[in-house]
Amino acid sequence: MAKAKVFVTLKEGILDPQGQTVENALKNLGYNNVSNLRIGKYITLDIEGDNTKKELEEMSHKLLANPIIEDYQIEIEG
Amino acid sequence: MKFGVLVFPGSNCDTDCHWAVSELGQEVDYIWHHQTDFNGYDCLILPGGFSYGDFLRSGAIARFSPVMKKVKQYAQTGGLIIGICNGFQILLEAGLLPGAMKRNDSLKFICRHVNLKTENNQTSFTNKFTHGQVVSIPIAHNEGSYFADEATLKVLKENNQIIFRYCSETGNTSEKYCPNGALENIAGICNKEGNVLGMMPHPERAMSDMLGSSDGRMVFESIIAASLQGRGKRDE
Repeated sequence: MAKAKVFVTLKEGILDPQGQTVENALKNLGYNNVSNLRIGKYITLDIEGDNTKKELEEMSHKLLANPIIEDYQIEIEG
Repeated sequence: MKFGVLVFPGSNCDTDCHWAVSELGQEVDYIWHHQTDFNGYDCLILPGGFSYGDFLRSGAIARFSPVMKKVKQYAQTGGLIIGICNGFQILLEAGLLPGAMKRNDSLKFICRHVNLKTENNQTSFTNKFTHGQVVSIPIAHNEGSYFADEATLKVLKENNQIIFRYCSETGNTSEKYCPNGALENIAGICNKEGNVLGMMPHPERAMSDMLGSSDGRMVFESIIAASLQGRGKRDE
């Protein structure tokens, strides 16, 4: 059994209004040193088998992310 | 002719769509998302709503519903399909239409009448419109900011696949008349073959002047006219 993490983020260059709004809020709190804030999704799951890397790639491509607007990054532990 | 209205868990415009085509004197059935086989329909409607709670992304789960395999076959054999709002999002996720839907740039759910410019009136969904006609049809969405990469946009333009654009009352399609940040004010597109249409505005909510507009009727009347002319094969 392995634990996997999938990070889904909007592709670079795609406007992230949510990220911009949060960045502005941080600036309103006085954190003027913040820039390029982007918001994404963080998915965790347990997975069994010998082919987990390939399967996680497939899962991310098919369902977890929309490759037209999103990138994904996979981390497998153990 | 006979319409089929797909119903996913969380669809909430299915009844409106059913009513709209009944109002125009057509036969119509509901098709539950678990149905894997159905026959005898001249047009399928993917209605608005929040299929599967819009979890993960709008339309992302619905596209893997059992019913979608048959919907894809239906599209490939030339059947007429219209996806409205969440239905449009499902068609994008399913790859039956190009591009993707992002959250509105205002981050707000927008629910109001908008003006649309008819960019292509030579389709099975717009033959009752005049070219460039400005119509008023309501939108109601949170994820309606259409996006496609440059290459896809080029293909959409080359094949006249952009059907509706958000505009002013006089048909000005400059960015300031776009309610949601959609690329080039795109509100509706069709596939290259012209038998699958997706649009964010809700024609089924613009069926009577009493409701603010009857312009939506023309979408369904166009489909009926196209079907009578033999466009859109029945899947039999």
